[in-house]
Amino acid sequence: MVNLIMASPDPAVVEHVERPAELSPTTEPAPPLTFQVKNVSIWYGEKRAIDDVTLDIASNAVTAIIGPSGCGKSTFLRCLNRMHELVPKTRVEGRVLLQGEDLYSSTVDPAIVRRRVGMVFQKSNPFPTMSIGENVIIGLRLNGVRNQKFLNERLEKSLRMAALWDEVKDDLHKSGTSLSGGQQQRLCIARALAVEPEVLLMDEPCSALDPIATAKIEELIYELKAQYTIVTVTHNMQQAGRISDFTAFLYMGRLIEFGSTTKIFTNPSQKQTEDYITGRFG
Amino acid sequence: MTMHSSRADNHTWRKIMNALASATTFVSALLVIAPLGLIFFHLLANGASSVNWAFFTHLPKPVGEAGGGMVNAIVGSLELLAFASAIGIPIGVLGGVYLAEYGTARANALLRFVADVLNGVPSITFGVVVYGLVVLRFKGFSAYAGGLALGLIMVPLILRTTEEVILLVPNGYREAALALGVARWKTIVYIVMKTASKGIITGILLALARVGGETAPLLFTAFGNRFWNHNLSEPIAALPLQIFTYAISPYDDWHRQAWAGALVLVTGIFCVNVLVRILTRGRTTSAV
Ligand SMILES: Nc1ncnc2c1ncn2[C@@H]1O[C@H](COP(=O)(O)OP(=O)(O)O)[C@@H](O)[C@H]1O
Ligand SMILES: [Mg+2]
Repeated sequence: MVNLIMASPDPAVVEHVERPAELSPTTEPAPPLTFQVKNVSIWYGEKRAIDDVTLDIASNAVTAIIGPSGCGKSTFLRCLNRMHELVPKTRVEGRVLLQGEDLYSSTVDPAIVRRRVGMVFQKSNPFPTMSIGENVIIGLRLNGVRNQKFLNERLEKSLRMAALWDEVKDDLHKSGTSLSGGQQQRLCIARALAVEPEVLLMDEPCSALDPIATAKIEELIYELKAQYTIVTVTHNMQQAGRISDFTAFLYMGRLIEFGSTTKIFTNPSQKQTEDYITGRFG
Repeated sequence: MTMHSSRADNHTWRKIMNALASATTFVSALLVIAPLGLIFFHLLANGASSVNWAFFTHLPKPVGEAGGGMVNAIVGSLELLAFASAIGIPIGVLGGVYLAEYGTARANALLRFVADVLNGVPSITFGVVVYGLVVLRFKGFSAYAGGLALGLIMVPLILRTTEEVILLVPNGYREAALALGVARWKTIVYIVMKTASKGIITGILLALARVGGETAPLLFTAFGNRFWNHNLSEPIAALPLQIFTYAISPYDDWHRQAWAGALVLVTGIFCVNVLVRILTRGRTTSAV
């Protein structure tokens, strides 16, 4: 595992990690946490897209972010690997801790954050100039890995994890864009997995796919959570219900409700959550 | 009834106007193609007989002696283009990448404006500037000065086409690479520029085709040379210059050679353009 910061961690952070019990109101031992998001607000220029969101993201679980279009789901997701910074004039307040380390500390290199926190996008985007094989290992290549044996091993491993190996193993030299939509999205998942991140962020990964391709990705997400922490944005209530362990409901940049998916879907404590889930708005 | 007949009139009138419009546009289209056809026809008629083995292998003969060729001018042109590329390609490509990927909106607007002005400046101006800066200072016409003048013309051409094709690369590819933890500059070089490489090469080829036929900027920089150039700090021959010198001479034999030179030059430029067409085939489907 690559450390975010080479120097010793911020004492405030260490202090925090040492008392995780406080974070969980239950008497059971607290589940291990991957992210702790504390009072995070995000601005695009003058516009506040995320307003004081605090939540913890459990390790080796799937956390779904739901909410109507424009409520800030993508913005929130992208602040977890500092991708939102690519938009000029963005500003973040609050803290995001990844395994206890502050992602926004001035000593942290965003490239290292992104190596630890991978991302899959709504629109599949395999590199058009590269073959299937090159697409998978390009992250390692560009991060300086030269050992061909290692690259080949990682290529196969990543494609297997993305449940794509059997379909493409004889066509590794073919263009990545020659695959079907669902295969392209799994190729993008393999590409993200190849750099061995700890977390996988997915922004509506199935919204452009047909039901069969969607089912494959959902199954994949279910299998991947044994090894990864997954945060996924979805527009689709049923999907959130099927694949996630925890659900966060965002509305107009605010976190309205957060809890186990079963609770959110069967017994939400907020009226707004219930209205949204039952399809009365959004 | 009256309404009907006026409608019919309208209909006939529209038909006439339509026919007139398509006839006019057809003639205009012909007028666009005609010059190219005329040029090729003339060059073939006057120059084809003089394009022979000797033309590509022999130096010019002294005045009064028939025969000889333009090998020194052909090689000279290639040398000048190589030198111009060494200046024009790196500056133009890097500048275009800077415009598309970095820089502030205001600085970029200024740079774009300057490049567009330079693209509109008559090419002889570049010759004058290089004459003042290089030829006078180093007291002599040279291959360096000629290459520099051509290179300076290439810079704004390549800069603008590079910027355009880089901006065509969908943002999703940049994001995908950055999300893998790839550094910004590597993303630009290995993902963005690679995706846009066909377009960048096309821009470079078009710039080469454009300066390959330039004569004016070479008049008082490269100057021309009837012999081999053995030293880049000496005057050098170039095909367009040689054509110019031969065409304004009083000798029939030189006139024939000028036609042959023009035919070779135009054919070369035509080939570059065909190459560009091949490279940009299917561009509508793949964006870049
Ligand atoms: N690049 C941007 N510049 C300015 N405003 C943005 C940008 N991206 C998103 N926003 C705004 O932030 C809010 C949240 O957007 P987003 O996170 O994309 O929502 P969602 O993913 O839930 O649809 C929206 O109001 C949107 O208009
Ligand atoms: Mg979104």
